[in-house]
Amino acid sequence: MITILETSALNTVQDLGRPGYRNLGVGTSGVMDHVALQVGNILLHNQPGDACIELQTYPFVLRFETAGSFAVTGIDADITLDGTPVLPWSVMTAAPEQMLRVGQPRAGARGYVCIAGGIDVPVVLGSRSTQLRGSFGGMDGRPLEAGDTLKTSGVTTPVAGYGAVPPTSILAAPGGQDSTVINLRAIPATDYALFTAQAHERLWHTQWRITPQSNRVGYRLSGAPLELHQRVELRSYGIVPGIVQVPPAGEPIVQLADANTAGGYPRIVTVIEADLWRLAQARIGARIRFHECTHQQGVAAMAPIEAYLDDLRMMVAHYRKSALRRTGAKPGDKA
Amino acid sequence: MHWLSLPPPAISLGQAPDAATLVSLRLWFDCRTLPPPVAWLALFQGLWILNTDITRNVGHRTDAAPTISMIGTRAMLFEAPGAFTMAHQRRIWALMEAAQARPDVQELIPGVTNLMLVFSTPPEQPGHVADWLRHAWETLPERHIKGRLFEIGVRYGGALGEDLAAVAAHAGLPPQDVISIHHGSEYTVCAIGSAPGFGYLHGLDPRIATPRKAVPSLKMLAGTVTIGGMQAGISALTGPNGWNSIGYTEICLFDPHREPPALFAIGDRIRFYPESIEL
Repeated sequence: MITILETSALNTVQDLGRPGYRNLGVGTSGVMDHVALQVGNILLHNQPGDACIELQTYPFVLRFETAGSFAVTGIDADITLDGTPVLPWSVMTAAPEQMLRVGQPRAGARGYVCIAGGIDVPVVLGSRSTQLRGSFGGMDGRPLEAGDTLKTSGVTTPVAGYGAVPPTSILAAPGGQDSTVINLRAIPATDYALFTAQAHERLWHTQWRITPQSNRVGYRLSGAPLELHQRVELRSYGIVPGIVQVPPAGEPIVQLADANTAGGYPRIVTVIEADLWRLAQARIGARIRFHECTHQQGVAAMAPIEAYLDDLRMMVAHYRKSALRRTGAKPGDKA
Repeated sequence: MHWLSLPPPAISLGQAPDAATLVSLRLWFDCRTLPPPVAWLALFQGLWILNTDITRNVGHRTDAAPTISMIGTRAMLFEAPGAFTMAHQRRIWALMEAAQARPDVQELIPGVTNLMLVFSTPPEQPGHVADWLRHAWETLPERHIKGRLFEIGVRYGGALGEDLAAVAAHAGLPPQDVISIHHGSEYTVCAIGSAPGFGYLHGLDPRIATPRKAVPSLKMLAGTVTIGGMQAGISALTGPNGWNSIGYTEICLFDPHREPPALFAIGDRIRFYPESIEL
């Protein structure tokens, strides 16, 4: 079990999401950065679908009531266990009563506190993710508050002190080396042709700023407005994360994990699935740029991510085996 | 602290690959995506149709052919041509039933005269799926669903129906007439979506159809009776909402612990009656 000692708004329990209920109006929810949760769960030898705590506001402090191995992924930040620095993207084991503190990130926006065995909240409609709009899932359908206790398995990994190279160091950014702009690949969507040539030009060449009206539902971008040839009133259609809609004012919105399942604004492009984790780690005020890509390129872009995760799975398995052999322990022994 | 050193990924589009990688990359692409020559024509046709859908102008919404487009790599949107009629919606329901049987479909999101297919993995040839959808659309009969009838009391007007005046102004009718026109129709649940349990209703009299608001209400209550363009609804959750509010009803549209969780199902019918009127 863990107790939340310090938190502010918007930190929630999330897993890989709740697919299968969009036909009832229930969005997928789930972590914004799928890569970071998968890394955490691989490092801890968890099930892929195990739940974590997604952090969006800092500092965040929790106390281990029972021993537990953990990894904080997604961000680079000052992380301490009872005051001793802990590296992000790596596995440590906490003893009962130890306090884990995650400070303001130096890089990235969303941190993932992953714990061996996962965060055990009730499964609602097939997932442990918090559905904030519907007020269910996660911790009673709401963000975490100080004083909340969450059940954990009490499992510790037989070895600790190993980590993953963060995905930003391994996966090449699509648009090159300019670190001041986040480059995202996008595929033209249904209403692309309804926009003016000037709007197309602006879409691909503007450095869009992420406005403060951005959250897990979607990012509102600011820049020169994108204009349609003429106004359209569309019938409501399904929404998936990554779709970029343009409301009448002309400034685009990228719909994300907590998006409504249906909407009615014109759709100009869709950010490819392989780049959504980069967007999840973009902060308010950051600038993003869209790069046009084809269906085939969008599909192929998932391969490096899969390869990175496969390599990590293999390396973790090798490391655990060799470390156990060195210490003379047998697999299954408690650390 | 031991860092696991990872070999660089085999394929990385962002890095300039050397000649050898380029060759293997191309081979990888070739064997993955290029169909045998016989299939070329079909693929060409499929892609051509997809492309025209993307490049066609506003006029396509009244064409006889459906619009099919990709939303990212893993979702495809099928939009029926023509007006928002129950005949079209019943054909969407038929298409939904047929698409349910496809092994590549993970999730189906029926909308208002449209259907989104979410695939478990991206289709290698979206054109083939588009052809299949087009063929199914042209050949399947309408699917009639005998839904349940809900009779729902509404408190029209007042603070919880504050856009009644705007709807009346847009319609050029007195608010009383807007109310009697609204509860004079029988509505059908065409699709559930947007928020948990929210039903898109067909049956709105065109005289009181009103475009969505330019500035959405920030905190519209769950249970607000609304009009959004040609669509009618009852808001399922409290929150921001761009539809016009004309009244309020106390009704719980969704409970995740109930089976089924949503109160309405597609095909259900709704009749409103005035519980009170405040102008």
